[in-house]
Amino acid sequence: MIARAHMQQYGTTEEDMAWVSVKNHRHGAKNDKAQFRREVTVEEVMSSSVVAEPLRLLHCSPVSDGAAAVLLCPLDHAKKYTDRPVKIVGSGLATDSLALAHRQDPAFLDAVQKSAERAYEMARLGPQDIQLAEVHDCFSIAEVCCIEALGFVEKGKGGPAAREGLTAVGGRIPVNTSGGLKSKGHPVGATGIAQAIEIFHQLRGEGGECQVENARIGLAQNMGGSGASSVVHIFQGV
Amino acid sequence: MPSPRYWREIPSRYRLEAGRCKGCGVVVFPARHICPSCRGEDVEKVRLSRKGKVITSTVIHVPPGEFLMEAPYAIALVQTPEGARLMTQVVDCDPSSVLPGMEVNLEFRLIRKEGQGGILCYGHKAVPTP
Ligand SMILES: [Zn+2]
Repeated sequence: MIARAHMQQYGTTEEDMAWVSVKNHRHGAKNDKAQFRREVTVEEVMSSSVVAEPLRLLHCSPVSDGAAAVLLCPLDHAKKYTDRPVKIVGSGLATDSLALAHRQDPAFLDAVQKSAERAYEMARLGPQDIQLAEVHDCFSIAEVCCIEALGFVEKGKGGPAAREGLTAVGGRIPVNTSGGLKSKGHPVGATGIAQAIEIFHQLRGEGGECQVENARIGLAQNMGGSGASSVVHIFQGV
Repeated sequence: MPSPRYWREIPSRYRLEAGRCKGCGVVVFPARHICPSCRGEDVEKVRLSRKGKVITSTVIHVPPGEFLMEAPYAIALVQTPEGARLMTQVVDCDPSSVLPGMEVNLEFRLIRKEGQGGILCYGHKAVPTP
C-alpha cells in the first residue's frame, strides 16, 4: 500500500522498484556472507510471482537464519582490541503509528526522518556528509522511502535513484553495499548489527569488491513495523 | 460470541464509532480518549458515514493462512467524508479494479471465523459505489 501510494503521488514505477533489487543483488553477489550471492535482472524481478500488488517475490527480502555481533567499548579502551576502531558519532530513534491509517502520509516514513534528524544533530553532520549507507530494504519500496527520509534525495525522488545508479557503488551515495536485506538476507534480530558491521568494514577499507573509495563516514538505518520505529546510527573511521 | 479481544471492538467494528477532538477537530478511528494530534482530552463520539474513497490499496496474492481461500483479494486504506481513515477489504468486484480514488460504500459483513469452532466475527467491508 505504501508502494502504490508512492506510485500514485510521485509517478514511481514497478521498474524503478525492480532496480532496487537488481542493484542490491549486484552488491550482494560480491559479498561472501550474503544468502543470495547471485545477480538478478529487471526482467526476472518483473516476472516473478506477485505477493501483494504491486510487489513481487523479488521485491521482497527473505526471512533468514543468521547472527551478528559487535564489540562496543569507550574509545580510549578500543586500542586494546584493534588498531583501527570505528566511532559511533550519532544515534537517533523515533516512532510513528503502526497503523498506516494513522500516519500523516502513507507514502512517507516520518519515523525514519525523525530518527535521522536526531542522529545528524548529535553527529553535527548532514545527509550531504554521508558517503555510504545501509538501509532497511525489507521490500524494494522501503529503500525508496528510506533514502528520501534520510535526506539523500528529495521527497518523492527516491524512485529513479537505483535505476540511475545514484545508490550503486560508484554513485553519489552507495546504499546497501552488503547486498542489503534483499540479497545479503534478513535474519530479523541480527539485521541491524549486520548493517553496522558492513559500515565498520567499509570505514576500515575492508569492503572488498564493493569498497566505497575513501569512505570515512557511513550511516546505518534499521526499522520495524513498516516504519513504526526507526533507528539511525552514524559511524566515523578513526 | 467471539473472544473478548474481538467483542471489545464492537463499537468500532459494528457501529463505525470514531472520536472527534473538540479542540482541533481531528477525527480518529477507532475512538480514543486522548487526541493523538493535540493531546486534548475532550473527544466526542461520532458515527462515520458508511462511505469513503480509496487512498491506497493492494491485492493480496499470498495471504495469511485463514484467508487462503479468498486470495486474490483487495485491501484498501479508505477515507470517510469525516476525515477518518480505516483499513478494509474491498469485495464484490474485480480486485484489480480497486485503485486510489475509487468511491466505496462500507457494508456490514462477515470478516472471519474464529478458532476451531468457527465462531463468526462481523465488521465492515468496502464495496464499490454503484
Ligand atoms: Zn485534537
